[in-house]
Amino acid sequence: MNTYTLYLNSKRCIGCHGCVVHCKANKGLPVGPILCEISHEPLKSVRGVPKTEFKFRSCYHCEDPFCVTICPTGAMKKREDGIVYVDVPKCIGCMACAGACPWGIPQHNPETNKAVKCDYCMDRLDAGLQPACVTKCTTHALKLVTMKVI
Amino acid sequence: MKKSVWSMCGMCTVRCPIRVEVEDNNVTWLEGNQHILKGALCAKGSAGPSLVADKERPQQPLIRRGGRGAGRWEAVSWEFALDYIADKLKTIIDRHGPEAIMASSRGGPFQDLVKAFTHALGSPNYSNHDSACGRNVHHASISLFGLGRKGFIYDIKNAKHLVLFGRNILASLRPAEVNQVMDMLDKGGRLTYVDVRQTLTGIKATNFFQVRPGTDYALALALIHEIIKAEGYDADFVERYTTGFDELAYFVENYSAEWAAKECGIKAKDIHELVGQLIADRPKVVFHPGWMLSRYNDSFYASRALNCLNALMGNIEVEGGLIFAKGAGDCGGKGPRALNELSPKPTAKRADGVGDVYKQFEKGPGLFHLFYKAMATGNPYPIKGIICVRHDPFACFPDPQAQKEALDNCDLIVSVDTHYSEFGWYADVILPESTYLERDSMIALQKGMKPRMIMRNKAIEPQADTRDLYSIIKGLATRLGLDQYFPFNTVRELWEWQLEPTGFTLADFEKKGFVEYADKPVLYDREKLEGKFKTPSGKIEIISQKLSEWGFPSWKPYESPAKPPKGQYRLVFGRSPLHAHSHTVNNPLLNEMMPENTLWINTREAGKMGVAEGDFVDVISGDITSVITAKLTDFIHPEAVYTVHGFGRQIPLQTRAYHAGMSDQKLMKGQLQNMDPVGGGLNLCETFVTVRKSSKNHQRKVEL
Ligand code: SF4
Ligand code: SF4
Ligand code: SF4
Ligand code: SF4
Repeated sequence: MNTYTLYLNSKRCIGCHGCVVHCKANKGLPVGPILCEISHEPLKSVRGVPKTEFKFRSCYHCEDPFCVTICPTGAMKKREDGIVYVDVPKCIGCMACAGACPWGIPQHNPETNKAVKCDYCMDRLDAGLQPACVTKCTTHALKLVTMKVI
Repeated sequence: MKKSVWSMCGMCTVRCPIRVEVEDNNVTWLEGNQHILKGALCAKGSAGPSLVADKERPQQPLIRRGGRGAGRWEAVSWEFALDYIADKLKTIIDRHGPEAIMASSRGGPFQDLVKAFTHALGSPNYSNHDSACGRNVHHASISLFGLGRKGFIYDIKNAKHLVLFGRNILASLRPAEVNQVMDMLDKGGRLTYVDVRQTLTGIKATNFFQVRPGTDYALALALIHEIIKAEGYDADFVERYTTGFDELAYFVENYSAEWAAKECGIKAKDIHELVGQLIADRPKVVFHPGWMLSRYNDSFYASRALNCLNALMGNIEVEGGLIFAKGAGDCGGKGPRALNELSPKPTAKRADGVGDVYKQFEKGPGLFHLFYKAMATGNPYPIKGIICVRHDPFACFPDPQAQKEALDNCDLIVSVDTHYSEFGWYADVILPESTYLERDSMIALQKGMKPRMIMRNKAIEPQADTRDLYSIIKGLATRLGLDQYFPFNTVRELWEWQLEPTGFTLADFEKKGFVEYADKPVLYDREKLEGKFKTPSGKIEIISQKLSEWGFPSWKPYESPAKPPKGQYRLVFGRSPLHAHSHTVNNPLLNEMMPENTLWINTREAGKMGVAEGDFVDVISGDITSVITAKLTDFIHPEAVYTVHGFGRQIPLQTRAYHAGMSDQKLMKGQLQNMDPVGGGLNLCETFVTVRKSSKNHQRKVEL
């Protein structure tokens, strides 16, 4: 059962890409792997104003993740709260996970030669903090939502 | 060992308050100060540690061994470098007097140190980058309110309507201000955006006007005209606190919405609709007078008109309007001491002629570009030594080639910076300053609704053989026998001296990282604003006594901007939220996000040239040709081409930024002295460039 999701209030998001860099800086990633992205549709004129809205994507933390199934070493795991993450010491960097993922979400970290992906900053969550991208979002547009079963 | 340090970001000149977590001299986390920014930072802010780790910044002092700009450097010790500079400075002083030395830094709270050093030398010639930035806005504001552009705080959060002319506030971003804009929009506030192209800001707008380049002043005049005609201004406020309203009403008589619509290429109906909204939203309307408004040859008057609209809205000292920036004195307190208090007041006339030949310009930093004239001509006297601190004139002023020719008359060129600057690459000595995470800076007062003292604490020890600015200046001062003006051995001693009159101590900064002089916003009584405007009349001078005295009109009759000849376009530039001008282009993380700029071309114009999206185009001005990737868009005026400033760097040691993208200022051939005669700002959008499909696109390849 997935507990969390990242929600972007696109009315507030200004497309500054801060979140992308906050994420990389928090994980100390070198040039190469990027764990979340901000995108937008081409501008369209709405009542005289060319407009577009931004979308945020990190990892879908699938219910039945292909990356977990394919991983030969059991490094790619799904936690009880739904977070799909890399158990780094076990990872051999074969990147089968990225191939299996329909969106190619796991990224290769050239410095460690291991896979890296969005893990909702679970170390921060476990310490009672918010993910890096949420805490530092320039406009506070990004929120971590905890889902409840109704 | 783990610690948490309050400090101040230094990736751009916004200088956001931050909190840094450090473990074993490594930054493990940094975030915006929770008390002010609730954690928020921009992309550049997070890329700070990546700057610290970057080996492509100067690692120790360097002395030039080849010709200027040839890039042959010898790494030397600090003692050697400082001795070398001190010797050269002494020789210059002996031969030409101390006024032959100039120094410049970036504007903002930390100018004091460089200014104090310049004055301690006995030279009046302190300057900064502002003639390529806010001088027009500053002088326009002084002519109207008697207060500079930082004399007011814009209470955007509580406004009902924010009007921006080319102020791309969500991309040239200041996180605290951006949040105010978003809060205003969340509360249903309106945003009007005027520019030659659509931007990150404009996509959030209620009203968007894509105007012909150089016609801002026309639209601002028409707004004044229509608001007066509809009697939609605050008549009480105007009556009470302004002079010259009748002259203004007469002056704008012919500048109707219909006239401006034609001039700007927009619809009169839309202008009328905007006027209706403004009248309904008044007084909670903020007209932003511009930030970097060194663009067209009437930018000074455009800014003056925008600020005059603020006065017509009667928005001064009202919630959701323009609030006087309060200092320590407004709260019954005292501000921190400045080092400049210790230095002698310079007596010589300034070499840039400011305050003398140019009475209309405020002395403070003068106008940097005018020093090049003094260098080239020796008039009013020669400038032989120049020190630029964290300021890269080649990246900010037009035509670096012309700048180099003037600089060749100097016997000493010193660059103090955290990274290699284009100017530094041409210098004789590069002194590497520690990055903002590795240095302490002076305590500074930030005026505002709640004035506060801010400080930068060193979070980690320097990772290379670099020094903080106080140590560098002190090192030079000692060698020049000027120790008495810099009597403090450490920055901590300096801080304690600065704080003495304030009644606060360093311990007071420990709780939040800053010290506030008031708990609640301080507002003046709006019924008693007499004397708050520092103009000769004490009122808002719609017709400025000073301007008349100096022989300048308070309102310049509008002149239509030139249309570019066939095949040419007006070159305009702007900012990206991912880079701070040219400083961050080589930052590993920011370079990864945005490694080069593109040239925005109107889709139909590109069609005429046979240029498709992603094609290379040549951009030509004088003897300069740059090659850049084309980006096609419907949402840029056909007369303009646009690029992000700061790229096209030519420093081989910056491997990521080297020759990536195009430099706008290099294309501004012959524009170094093209200045607004009243505002002092450079006219940086008055260059026409030829654009054509580049031969680099040829599909034919010789290789197999
Ligand atoms: S940091 Fe926030 S505002 Fe900026 S792009 Fe990311 S989600 Fe949007
Ligand atoms: S790269 Fe690592 S996580 Fe991905 S499949 Fe291979 S071992 Fe598993
Ligand atoms: S939750 Fe953490 S890992 Fe995921 S995108 Fe945000 S910062 Fe990156
Ligand atoms: S705007 Fe960004 S780079 Fe500038 S000071 Fe703030 S966080 Fe730093």
